[in-house]
Amino acid sequence: MSSEAIARPSMEPELILPSRGRVGMFSLIAAESAIFTIFVVAYIFYIGKSVSGPTPKDVLELPIFATVCLLSSSLTIHLAVKALRDAKIRAFGTWWFITILLGGIFLAGTGREWQRMIFEKGLTISTNLFGTTYYSLVGLHAFHVTVGLIILTLGMIFTLLGYVKQEHSERAEVFSLYWHFVDVVWVIVFTVVYIIGR
Amino acid sequence: MASESIPLNIIDHATQPIGERLHAWVVTVDHKKLGILYILYGLVFFMIGGIEATIIRIQLIVPRNNFVSPEVFNRMFTMHGTTMIFFVVMPILFGFGTYLVPLMIGTRDMAFPRLNALSFWLTAFGGLLLYYSFVGGTGLYGAGNAPDVGWFAYAPLTARVFSPGHSTDFWTMGLLVSGFGSIGTAINFITTILCMRCPGMTLGKMPLLSWMYMVMAWMVILAISPLTAAQLMLAIDRYLGGHFFDVQAGGSAVLWMHFFWIFGHPEVYILVIPAFAFVSEIVPVFSRKPIFGYPVMVAATVCIGLVSMSVWAHHMFTVGMNTYGNSFFVMTTMIVGVPTGIKIFNWLGTMWGGKIQFKSPMLFCTAFLFQFLIAGLTGIMLGTAPFNWQLSASYFVIAHFHYMIVGGIVFAIFGAFYYWFPKMTGRMFTETLAKWHFWLFVIGFHLTFDFMHIPGILGMPRRIYTYEPGRGWETWNLIVTIGVFFQIAAVLVFVFNIMRSLIKGQPAESDPWDAWTLEWSVSSPPPEYNFGKIPTVLSRRPLWDLKHPEDPDWKFE
Repeated sequence: MSSEAIARPSMEPELILPSRGRVGMFSLIAAESAIFTIFVVAYIFYIGKSVSGPTPKDVLELPIFATVCLLSSSLTIHLAVKALRDAKIRAFGTWWFITILLGGIFLAGTGREWQRMIFEKGLTISTNLFGTTYYSLVGLHAFHVTVGLIILTLGMIFTLLGYVKQEHSERAEVFSLYWHFVDVVWVIVFTVVYIIGR
Repeated sequence: MASESIPLNIIDHATQPIGERLHAWVVTVDHKKLGILYILYGLVFFMIGGIEATIIRIQLIVPRNNFVSPEVFNRMFTMHGTTMIFFVVMPILFGFGTYLVPLMIGTRDMAFPRLNALSFWLTAFGGLLLYYSFVGGTGLYGAGNAPDVGWFAYAPLTARVFSPGHSTDFWTMGLLVSGFGSIGTAINFITTILCMRCPGMTLGKMPLLSWMYMVMAWMVILAISPLTAAQLMLAIDRYLGGHFFDVQAGGSAVLWMHFFWIFGHPEVYILVIPAFAFVSEIVPVFSRKPIFGYPVMVAATVCIGLVSMSVWAHHMFTVGMNTYGNSFFVMTTMIVGVPTGIKIFNWLGTMWGGKIQFKSPMLFCTAFLFQFLIAGLTGIMLGTAPFNWQLSASYFVIAHFHYMIVGGIVFAIFGAFYYWFPKMTGRMFTETLAKWHFWLFVIGFHLTFDFMHIPGILGMPRRIYTYEPGRGWETWNLIVTIGVFFQIAAVLVFVFNIMRSLIKGQPAESDPWDAWTLEWSVSSPPPEYNFGKIPTVLSRRPLWDLKHPEDPDWKFE
């Protein structure tokens, strides 16, 4: 700034501040990442440390279909947000609904897997270390999927009642950040639990 | 800048019925009310935690004392530590931040006001949950009520076998709930500071307090979350029969230590960075000079934030890590002292050549500088692995971290309290009483915590409920306990001063200290909407520019 200026300097570049929703969501995602990191570290630390069976090799099967569903739901929610930004409410509703469907399929897949493991293989959270770490890590992720599905369903209800307008696209986008995060976490959980840990 | 003559906004609350007035405080989403609620809540728990500390010290005043039973003693030191960290210092610091950050960056509220209220009530109910253990903790006849596992609750002591009943669960749940509150507040701070600054306030023109609260908020997000995860694991172990920390099933007790201290050490910096923030605001005003080395101060804070995330295992030298682990954590611990030292030089540089006014806020900050330095030096001693092997878990450690928390953080909080009291309440406090508070507290503090180092060096371990005569610890323990009574007297003076000033204090002007940041541009207390017109700033000291149009700061920045 010139030291000659006496009046207040005019025309400073205007301050452009980021959106509150995005910053808030990114902060929440950072906090969630830290929580997941601790659970993942515990999982990796305890791989192969169980003193009794069953082991991951005995009971785990790759949940390929559920994984494909969850990962593609990232794409569908992206398309939904894009549609809303272009004020195409009907397309938004359709993509949003498909997202719920894909998320639901994933959750059902986890449920079936757990049912099979608990009732057929006899692995519960208290059976051994593998059970403890497996159910808590996958369960923590499934909990986040559930929360996401509840919010998605609320959004769907509002869409069907006709409350959702183009101006809500930023909110939808902020939520989609959460949903993408849940997907990314699944990639890590999948790698750690089903590939490294098996 | 809308500053000169906003009329004193006195809505006549006194005419409302008391029920409605209280209701307004319960349902409020106003950052100023929530800030005050945080601080009041912290002060109430400060009294409770203080009573627990007094019980501990009375028990240790003479050898073979029978003031309380060993079981009660264990509960007292556990509850004292947990209360003071989670339900005194954190809420008070969050309270000051919630109150000040929006005012300082020139906005009308936090980014998410309702999240702000939710966070406060989560913290509040977390504390109540912890203390409900005194009533509801006895899950089993003969099992203890309040938690007695120590504030870091090492495994396997927390296993069901060793801690039957529900006391440990109250500890877990209380911290879990208040932890969610802390994370919410941290998200709010970051978003507010990044997204809500007034026109002209670039990141480089923010008051240092906002910078430091942002760094602190990032640390809360990265450090409280691991604690949340670890508490979830502990709950899984205790309720669902999990084996995370169950050594017999292949679990690891050391893993809990790592998880706890990954939270625990950054936590110290979470507590001290807001204290730095207060000092960085108060010292320049009472030295009548702008802060020395603003960019370096910001850089040092960010450095502390980063480095302190990787020093946690210096709490675990005696666990038996390998040499690489030990060397790494010794090194990072030494490194974190560097930016901290830079800060001390910057504060001294601010005072150097200034027209220092030793009013009560400045007195507390000056004492902070000395005591924080000494606490840092004993920290360097303890951060050296071989020295640590000798003195770990002794009273030397207790003396060290109380020097940091009381001598550093609590002194800075008292300074902040006196500095912003006129702004928050619209009343001036009695300076003479504040000075009495200061000197009594200084005497009490030094009697207690200077002399506490010595029994530690002589081998007195922490957490013992009594000791035998003839080990040379008696005199030191006596002096330490006498110091406590000076501190109690000081705190009573403080409480009396607040009460008296609230009722009969002189009305405060909007800017009693001739300060430079935006909160002093509005009336005391500020109107509910903070700023009638959102201000525009041109420099780091907007009020200086306003008061000295012939020599504004923006010419030189």
